[in-house]
Amino acid sequence: MAVHTINFEPDDRYNAFLKVCAKPSHGEGKLVGIAIAVKDNISTQGIETTCASKILKGYVPPYDAHAVGLIKNAGAAVAGKTNMDEFGMGTSTENSAFGPTLNPRDTGRVPGGSSGGSAAVVAAGMVRMALGTDTGGSIRCPAAFCGIVGLKPTYGRVSRYGLIAYANSLETIGPMATNVADVSLLMSVIAGHDRKDTTSHDKPYDHTPSGDINGLRIGVPEEYFGKGVDPEVAAVVRRAIGRLEDLGASTVPCSIPSMEYALAAYYVICTSEASSNLARFDGVRYGPAADTRKSWHAAYQDVRKQGFGPEVRRRIMLGTFALSSGYYGKYYAKAQIARENVRKDFARLFQDVDVLCGPTMPMIAFKLGEKSDPLSMYLSDILTVPVNLAGIPAISVPCGKVQGMPVGLQVMGRPFEDERVIDVAYAYEQAVKP
Amino acid sequence: MVTEKDVEHIGELADIGIDTAELATFTGQFNAIVEYFDVLDRVQGDDAVTRDLYNVLRDDAVTRDLYNVLRDDVVEPSLSQDEATRNAGAREDGFIKAPRVM
Repeated sequence: MAVHTINFEPDDRYNAFLKVCAKPSHGEGKLVGIAIAVKDNISTQGIETTCASKILKGYVPPYDAHAVGLIKNAGAAVAGKTNMDEFGMGTSTENSAFGPTLNPRDTGRVPGGSSGGSAAVVAAGMVRMALGTDTGGSIRCPAAFCGIVGLKPTYGRVSRYGLIAYANSLETIGPMATNVADVSLLMSVIAGHDRKDTTSHDKPYDHTPSGDINGLRIGVPEEYFGKGVDPEVAAVVRRAIGRLEDLGASTVPCSIPSMEYALAAYYVICTSEASSNLARFDGVRYGPAADTRKSWHAAYQDVRKQGFGPEVRRRIMLGTFALSSGYYGKYYAKAQIARENVRKDFARLFQDVDVLCGPTMPMIAFKLGEKSDPLSMYLSDILTVPVNLAGIPAISVPCGKVQGMPVGLQVMGRPFEDERVIDVAYAYEQAVKP
Repeated sequence: MVTEKDVEHIGELADIGIDTAELATFTGQFNAIVEYFDVLDRVQGDDAVTRDLYNVLRDDAVTRDLYNVLRDDVVEPSLSQDEATRNAGAREDGFIKAPRVM
């Protein structure tokens, strides 16, 4: 196959790239010559991959993530690695060990997280597409805050092989771009079965977006417009849902009672999984070296104390606590039951409606440094985490502005109906196109 | 109520390395978060307190139709020893060198 190179010299004034590939090569295929940015927790052969953490500084993966291999085979050029909250733990990209990414729409504000770098490089026009990952909203939140489109695919539809694990039962790789057609195109390349991921399903995505939503039934959960949601954001999203009605869809008011404890369940599960997944960072196989003259625990603690940032250490400890003897019945087991209740709530609603719609985030992008205590940051994930607990697909598409900042409409669908959420987002996007 | 002593113990279990100076901050944040987690006490559907976690996971597997995915145990191409150990901080004779365990 012919190999070509492109020149890639972005003006990155937002600290969105951790690494730029100045002359990336590419082959032929349906993504021929398209520069694609890759979030830094997705392994790229021969290109440093740090998860925005000091504990992986200098780590160069010897292999590509499955999704990266697929985009290369389709002719894309890997343009660089994007900034993120360390290991994906955050909602603002302020938790990067290499400094925060700024929101291209207003540099005094956060781009959202944890895929803030990927959203910013797309929003600023540096690349046409990017790969992000979504554990509790990490694709949809920055897509909403930066005014682009981001899809969190159904769990199992895109291989996680080579995605450096944080909370593996919740997270997935997904596409980000300025428009729905490009998100759909990138999804068509990365979806499909991979035997190296035991949770992978054999469900390729071969779809061209259609704007015909006549007869579609849309559920509108009251919790997505209730307490904690900025009324101005809620109003913009209600108007967007009104546009979908103009196109022939009907709306049905509904409720997700398990939302009451979904966020707590999410944080118990993700921190528990993090405490296990991040145990591998010991300074022995990768990252800054452990002092081999010291005893195991002393050397291990030195490396982890210096290598992990405060939020990562906090989540590892919270997870260790939630799983510890005497507490797992109170926290972890309860969280698993809560998760099942969330899944059942969605299954019940999807018997009556085709999709659910609401805001992606309860507010517009907040100011840098505005949310300094961890719990208030966690609370901003309330509208995105239920989707990850249930493993269903969801997309965020820009639907207006509040105080000059973008607002995202979130469309959630049945498992493996990624095509349908794409179509609804496409219908909206085409209807409001100037 | 989580105490500084509890946080110190958890930090020890997690091998996270905590300074005495950090304890107060972490403990305060921990209490705020754990207090929020208490909403899980209201989870309905099962008598979760007395129910064994392994039963939860077993039942979950049944309802979600989970099954093991295994491949045949045959040798396939993989990373070379050099590629697999190249990122290690210390190597010796083609192996990764680790801190002493005993």
